[in-house]
Amino acid sequence: MNTEQTVDYLNAGYGPKSWLLTTDHKRIAILYLISITFFFFVGGFFALIMRLELLTPQADVVSAHTYNELFSMHGITMIFFFLVPSIPAVLGNFLVPLMIGARDLAFPRLNLLSWYLYIFGGIFTLVAMLTGGIDTGWTFYTPFSSAYSTTNVIPVVTGIFILGFSSILTGLNFIVTIHKMRAPGLTWFRLPLFIWAQYATSVIIVLATPVLAITLALLGVERIFRVGIFDPALGGDPLLFQHLFWFYSHPAVYIMVLPSMGVVSELVTCFSRKRIFGYYFMAGAIMAIAALGFLVWGHHMFVSGQSVYAGMVFSALSYFVAVPSAVKVFNWTATLYKGNISFHTPLLYAFGFIGLFTIGGLTGLFLAALAVDVHVTDTYFVVAHFHYIMVGGAVMGYLGGIHYWWPKITGRMYNEGWAKFSALILFVGFNLTFFPQFILGYLGMPRRYHVYPPEFQVLNVLSTAGATILGVGYLIPFTYLIWSLRKGKQAGPNPWNATGLEWKTPSPPPPHNFDKVPIVTEGAYAYPPILTTEGTHGGS
Amino acid sequence: MIPLLSSFPLFPVEASQQARQVDTLYIALVIIATFFTAIIFISLAFFAVRYRKGSKASRVLLHPENLKLEITWTAIPLVISAGIFLWSAKLYFDEHVPPANSIEIYVVAKQWMWKIEHPQGNREINELHIPVGIPVKLIMTSQDVIHSFYVPAFRVKQDVLPDRYTTEWFLPTKIGEYHLFCAEYCGTGHASMRGTVYVMDPSDYQQWLAGKTHEVPMATTGEELFQHFACNTCHQENDMGRGPSLYGIYGSTVHLNDGSTVIADQSYIRNSIDDPGGQVVAGYRPIMPTFKQQVSPDQVDQLIEYIKSLRPPEKVAKGMKQ
Repeated sequence: MNTEQTVDYLNAGYGPKSWLLTTDHKRIAILYLISITFFFFVGGFFALIMRLELLTPQADVVSAHTYNELFSMHGITMIFFFLVPSIPAVLGNFLVPLMIGARDLAFPRLNLLSWYLYIFGGIFTLVAMLTGGIDTGWTFYTPFSSAYSTTNVIPVVTGIFILGFSSILTGLNFIVTIHKMRAPGLTWFRLPLFIWAQYATSVIIVLATPVLAITLALLGVERIFRVGIFDPALGGDPLLFQHLFWFYSHPAVYIMVLPSMGVVSELVTCFSRKRIFGYYFMAGAIMAIAALGFLVWGHHMFVSGQSVYAGMVFSALSYFVAVPSAVKVFNWTATLYKGNISFHTPLLYAFGFIGLFTIGGLTGLFLAALAVDVHVTDTYFVVAHFHYIMVGGAVMGYLGGIHYWWPKITGRMYNEGWAKFSALILFVGFNLTFFPQFILGYLGMPRRYHVYPPEFQVLNVLSTAGATILGVGYLIPFTYLIWSLRKGKQAGPNPWNATGLEWKTPSPPPPHNFDKVPIVTEGAYAYPPILTTEGTHGGS
Repeated sequence: MIPLLSSFPLFPVEASQQARQVDTLYIALVIIATFFTAIIFISLAFFAVRYRKGSKASRVLLHPENLKLEITWTAIPLVISAGIFLWSAKLYFDEHVPPANSIEIYVVAKQWMWKIEHPQGNREINELHIPVGIPVKLIMTSQDVIHSFYVPAFRVKQDVLPDRYTTEWFLPTKIGEYHLFCAEYCGTGHASMRGTVYVMDPSDYQQWLAGKTHEVPMATTGEELFQHFACNTCHQENDMGRGPSLYGIYGSTVHLNDGSTVIADQSYIRNSIDDPGGQVVAGYRPIMPTFKQQVSPDQVDQLIEYIKSLRPPEKVAKGMKQ
């Protein structure tokens, strides 16, 4: 072994205490990485049993009640314990200080508290779900959840309530850090788009999560004390719950996907050796999506019984969100133009993201189209659409980011061959799982059905086959990434020759990130002009 | 090819007027989506090959930022979106305005079945018999949680809420049997809360209505309830009672004592039974007690049918003059 090893954040201390009491944002990121990976595989396991049940039209693997618990647990686990924290809590935690040239987040102890709230809320919820069950779906619609379900609604809601504070504190920490701790010379418009995305996400988290907390608290009050808030039998209004719930849960979609957009901007620029096309439009689009995302919650309620005119307003506003999303896709594509593209694994994930997000986004146009939504809402069309956004988009972006910054985080390279292979497997498996569901939905198969008319079987079999491939596809990176920790070759500070402050410090970084405070003199993505053999060059 | 396609259909049967309209919009959306997906995928592939590392393609970039291009590709999606919005909003609006000549059928949803009652008194469970070519309006409520009445072949869906009426209408265009699904998750038996819609030839429908003997029309049952609950002691034919007369009230505009007006539809009648103090008719005192605990949702529907059958005395008089 190398005896002259320098001190980095990984070897700065050993033993459980050095991890569980750490205030180093990089170690906290690792704690999150391990815990969200656990929840991801738990949530994936629930999905696999569901897909197995759906292989045949009859009920043969699980009972109706168990199936209802499975989709509820799958949704709750994946959304609250994997997707919402995924990129911010792991990559954001690790990278926000590094990318802005800071030594840590603004509130390092608060950061550790966030993780404890996350893990406490997570385990609390998981135990509650596995002991008393939960059969309300992740949406907790009233009056079913407040008066009819006999499962552990209160404990599960309590766990999510606790988790919400973890999100809020992380968001707060990021906002303060990005405002106050940027290196000298790092103006707002020199920030990498990943930071813009983290900033916008944090603002959404801080504004929206309290509304979820209030909603869940009101649900608890109604269930325990029978105070009529949502249940009409007690004088409440069931649609009020849906309005409050979606006021958080629609912006939550952007909490899940904006960070991925940030990641993809980093990947596309690095591997095409070019500044992002339309930087200002990209940053503006991120902020526009964050702001408009608060105004469209009612598009989940076109058949709920809300006013026809409210439906029209929400539909129109939803189309406004589509525009900045389209602008982002066009700009990523245009960034490749006259680039110098090398096909490393992270770029494959970025391509996967752009392709799947495009399909997810365009099918969003179908759902915003009122009369079409009336037919396809609450069917598999919706299931397919949001999986294209959340798995095709958010998870692809997350994995792309993990592969891109893995050498920075661990100091090691993974096996590129296996990594490319698994990116391909995931892309194929994903499409095979979810594309048939668009057709299934248009044919009219409702979601949350464990038994279905036999004519829907062929498409369900395709979907289950895809899910199997997808399941295997997720195990491959899990394996080679762990393998790389011991056997991977040394990465060096900047294996991709990327710009960005995080690459100007050793891999893994020292405990305080930078020996000297970096001074920034240029914008993000200042790649040198590309020389071709004819001697001509581009850039400016 | 054709047998293959028919065993892998991409559309459900089009069995209503709305189905055709929704499918047309859907196909337009598919074309738009395919077009943009193709542009993105082809550009990605083309750039990926042409500008791969080491390729000799020129990298001279005259405009690293291009405002005109940015504005163009912001404006194009905006214009297309506006077009789709207007188209879909028009259809959505029409889906909420049932034609005046619709047959009105009552639906009560409960965990986990659909209870249906025709004005003629025919009741069915998880089945709905309707004639082809005549618009049908469903007046729906739930006894417990939220459900959703979904007939894919008609492309219509509407949530059904407790303590409230929602309506849904469609114009069936094709004789046949179609799926009825509950589309809003409602608990353990959600996936079995299914049924069949039978679209019949009008003469078969009449036969079906008549075939079930001893059916008492809803309005008649409603009249019995009206007397049973002693509604008739206050709500008399003339305006001499302690409550307003209900003759001719259905569908009319009612003036309330707070100066506002309300259309006397099913929701108004239901609210007046559940919470009589909420909307008091101008000139009357809030003395009516609530009947919320005593009248079931099915009985409310029957009372509505009865009130609907009460012809306005003036109109009767006018009719006699002519």
